[in-house]
Amino acid sequence: MPPKDPKIEAWAKSKELLPVALRADEVRLPEIAELQVLRHFNRLSQMNFSVESGTYPLGSCTMKYNPKVSEYIASSPGMREAHPFQPEGTIQGLLGIFYDLSLMLCEISGMKAFSLSPAAGAQGEFAGVLMMRKYLSEHGYQEKNEILVPDSAHGTNPASAAMGGFKVIKVPSDERGLVGVEQVEKLISAKTAGMMLTVPNTLGLFESDVGKIAKVVHDAGGLMYYDGANMNALLGKARPGDMGFDVVHLNLHKTFATPHGGGPGAGPVGVTERLQDYLPVPVVTKANGAYHLDYDRPGTIGRLKGSYANSAILLRAYCYIRLLGSDGLDNVSSLSVLAANYLLSKLNPDAFTLLQGKGLRRKHEAIVSVQGTMSGGAMKVAKGLLDYGVHSPTVYFPLTVDEALMIEPTETETLEALDEYADLLNGLHEKLLKGELEDEPKNTSVGRIDEVKASHPLSLRVKW
Amino acid sequence: MTSSEPHPFLPNLDEEIVQEMLKRMGASSIADLFSDIPDEFALKRKLAIPDGQPEAVVRREVTRRLGINKAGGDSLCFLGGGVWPHYIPAAVESILSRQEFYTSYTPYQPEISQGMLQALFEYQSLMCDLLGMQACNSSMYDWASASAEAVRMAARVKGRNVFLVAESVGPQRLEVIRTYAEPAGLNIRRVPFDRKTGELDRTSLAGSLSSEVAGVYFENPNFLGVIEGSAAGIVDDIHRVGGLGVVGVDPMSLSVLKNPGSYGADVVVGEAQPLGVPMNFGGPHAGIFAVREMSLARSIPGRLIGMTTTREGNDRAFCMVLQTREQHIRRENASSNICTNQALLALAAACYLSLLGKNGFSRLGEVILKNSHYAAERLGEVNAVLSPLFEAPFFKEFAVQYKSAKSDDVYEKLGQKGIMAGYPLSRHYSGIGEAGGYCVTEVHTSEDISRLEQALKEVA
Repeated sequence: MPPKDPKIEAWAKSKELLPVALRADEVRLPEIAELQVLRHFNRLSQMNFSVESGTYPLGSCTMKYNPKVSEYIASSPGMREAHPFQPEGTIQGLLGIFYDLSLMLCEISGMKAFSLSPAAGAQGEFAGVLMMRKYLSEHGYQEKNEILVPDSAHGTNPASAAMGGFKVIKVPSDERGLVGVEQVEKLISAKTAGMMLTVPNTLGLFESDVGKIAKVVHDAGGLMYYDGANMNALLGKARPGDMGFDVVHLNLHKTFATPHGGGPGAGPVGVTERLQDYLPVPVVTKANGAYHLDYDRPGTIGRLKGSYANSAILLRAYCYIRLLGSDGLDNVSSLSVLAANYLLSKLNPDAFTLLQGKGLRRKHEAIVSVQGTMSGGAMKVAKGLLDYGVHSPTVYFPLTVDEALMIEPTETETLEALDEYADLLNGLHEKLLKGELEDEPKNTSVGRIDEVKASHPLSLRVKW
Repeated sequence: MTSSEPHPFLPNLDEEIVQEMLKRMGASSIADLFSDIPDEFALKRKLAIPDGQPEAVVRREVTRRLGINKAGGDSLCFLGGGVWPHYIPAAVESILSRQEFYTSYTPYQPEISQGMLQALFEYQSLMCDLLGMQACNSSMYDWASASAEAVRMAARVKGRNVFLVAESVGPQRLEVIRTYAEPAGLNIRRVPFDRKTGELDRTSLAGSLSSEVAGVYFENPNFLGVIEGSAAGIVDDIHRVGGLGVVGVDPMSLSVLKNPGSYGADVVVGEAQPLGVPMNFGGPHAGIFAVREMSLARSIPGRLIGMTTTREGNDRAFCMVLQTREQHIRRENASSNICTNQALLALAAACYLSLLGKNGFSRLGEVILKNSHYAAERLGEVNAVLSPLFEAPFFKEFAVQYKSAKSDDVYEKLGQKGIMAGYPLSRHYSGIGEAGGYCVTEVHTSEDISRLEQALKEVA
């Protein structure tokens, strides 16, 4: 029940504050008592798998442990009760943290400046391609309307490029699973605005031609975009800025351990010096000992969020970097790469094969192709895993691998958990070959779901 | 490896474990695993960021920095405009803190994600009821990106490239709309508001309508706090030229106001933050995106949750549906690039609406109406203030005009007194003098309002 102020109640008595014509006839909401609401949602939570439930090696999503202390810090009134439109002078504590976070992200990625505004990786990508577009059109390259995107890229890359007004040119990967500089040379033209590249790529492989590719793209007047979804492999090891990238987005909810919750995320975008005028506003700056939200940037591509950023996510990422520090972040990447390669080495190579990049080390994730069935093997194995209290890898991605399982164990799983996961996969494959993996999962809150039936929905809501 | 001092998050950070793992996989060292990074790109120094600190140190240090902010405690917040101070029931926080929800992700494996899927389906259903719509997605980043995506969708669906936006929508949202519309080659035209009532100027709207116009976007209540008395007429006007009526709402206002479905809106966008989500200096919040006709559901951005059954057909179940609109399948032909959304905050909204229910929500709306109108009258008692500035009815936000002070100065000086209030509307609008925006909700008491009134007497 909302609080009623006696003084205001007395004042309002017999006043008509809202014309009847504007009033709702009826508010349609259910009536449920508090305990019953809690029981309902607690029950639902028990039907949901999470990082704190068990091993969650969902490739490309970096489902690592999210430190509890960050949650405590983010629940401070100085975070929760802060309004995005309050005067700068009243919010210096938070702006100072964001300023420091920007500097740390610059150092980690080798960029010159960051805007923390983008709400997720895809919005960071959108910001990035808009900056490329504006920069190029202001530097006499109006004809540049194509962006090169590898066939193994995340779906957001081509979607963001298209939203930014570009034509997407697909670059096929070679037998190594990498983008070869020769392919780029073949596709590049005066129309090329740039290239979006993920390093390591979605096969978990380091794009070893990246230096040459960057040179070719730059020589053609184009710009290089770095999709930071896989940065967990490279912290303290290598920096996109040093590889020749001009624009970078980082997924703070992946690499920097903020809880996913199915979303929210945060996708700050960083740039080299020549692009810094184009950053989305606002950018946090420091002058005369005070921090500012700088909106007065004439070159900017504009605004992406109605109110600053997913600030409480930025705060948690800052906490994570402070907890790990320079050595800790380097260890994170060492151990995430160790975990992925170790798990891969434990898999039956005849059952789970590497279609590309044989003999190459994986970085933070490994993609295998499930062998021995005509089709559907990857899905059957994935569903089989669900019965054992673990999450499945990402399935059927990247699109360049048949029957793909994309496994990213992260650095926060124990050796025992990696062993168990590998044993489970090997065992499930034997069942698959025997045709014993047809109706999984059986021990989950509901059995195998009919997703086809759901594909032509007549309704997307409960009727009651 | 740069250090083998144990760390609580890194269970394998132990020389013996590392050596054992390397040995079993036939690698000589950690460095060997990174040998594919070309030498010219291998970072040969430590990152120049501070050393890691124990939890206790980070907690003390960061909490102290946050303590410098004037927020919570003795501070008062009367700011709105898309993020509003509201009370969050403890039960919402309790549910959100369930780590099964909190540390999950996109429900790619529905059999072990039924909890989040069902909760999101309930969110969609509750929102549809509240808004008077047929389909609602499971969230966008925020209200601004939802409105921008709605503009792009309308242009795509209608094959037209002019879009009308009311001048009285949130200026920040208008900026985001422009950012999103520019690469699509859309022409955004503003429709002014009546300086006296604060409502959209329908004569100007009529002058801007043509068969080129894909739709009109207006907010109700608008950024000035004013309720659009002729919302139905505006929607009729746009329908007559075959465009879509897109309406932006504060869902809290629907506790007392007619919903957009009742006056014919085709698309509704809005901000779910008032329904159980902290202000958090701008996010994370959750953007609302809903459509009236199921036929439009195939064009909308973002994730949709649908109801189905298990393969055996015995049990009800939930999964993501109509995924062929989305980037992971359609790539450059997707309806949007959005992937990660704001599911956790949509869950908060579902809990919030379930807890308040029809009665609680309606009563809350009445309290907000009373508090805001009381405040508007009290501020009008201040000699140098005209309050409310606009004649049309309002819900929880209203504008005032300062007879001599600058709106930026009032806003800054109130802030120094720990009162966040009087958003300077004059930054964005001409012809309204020096005006400030105020938001009053159930969190404010008559004492808080007196404090604001006193402070205004000193600074306005």
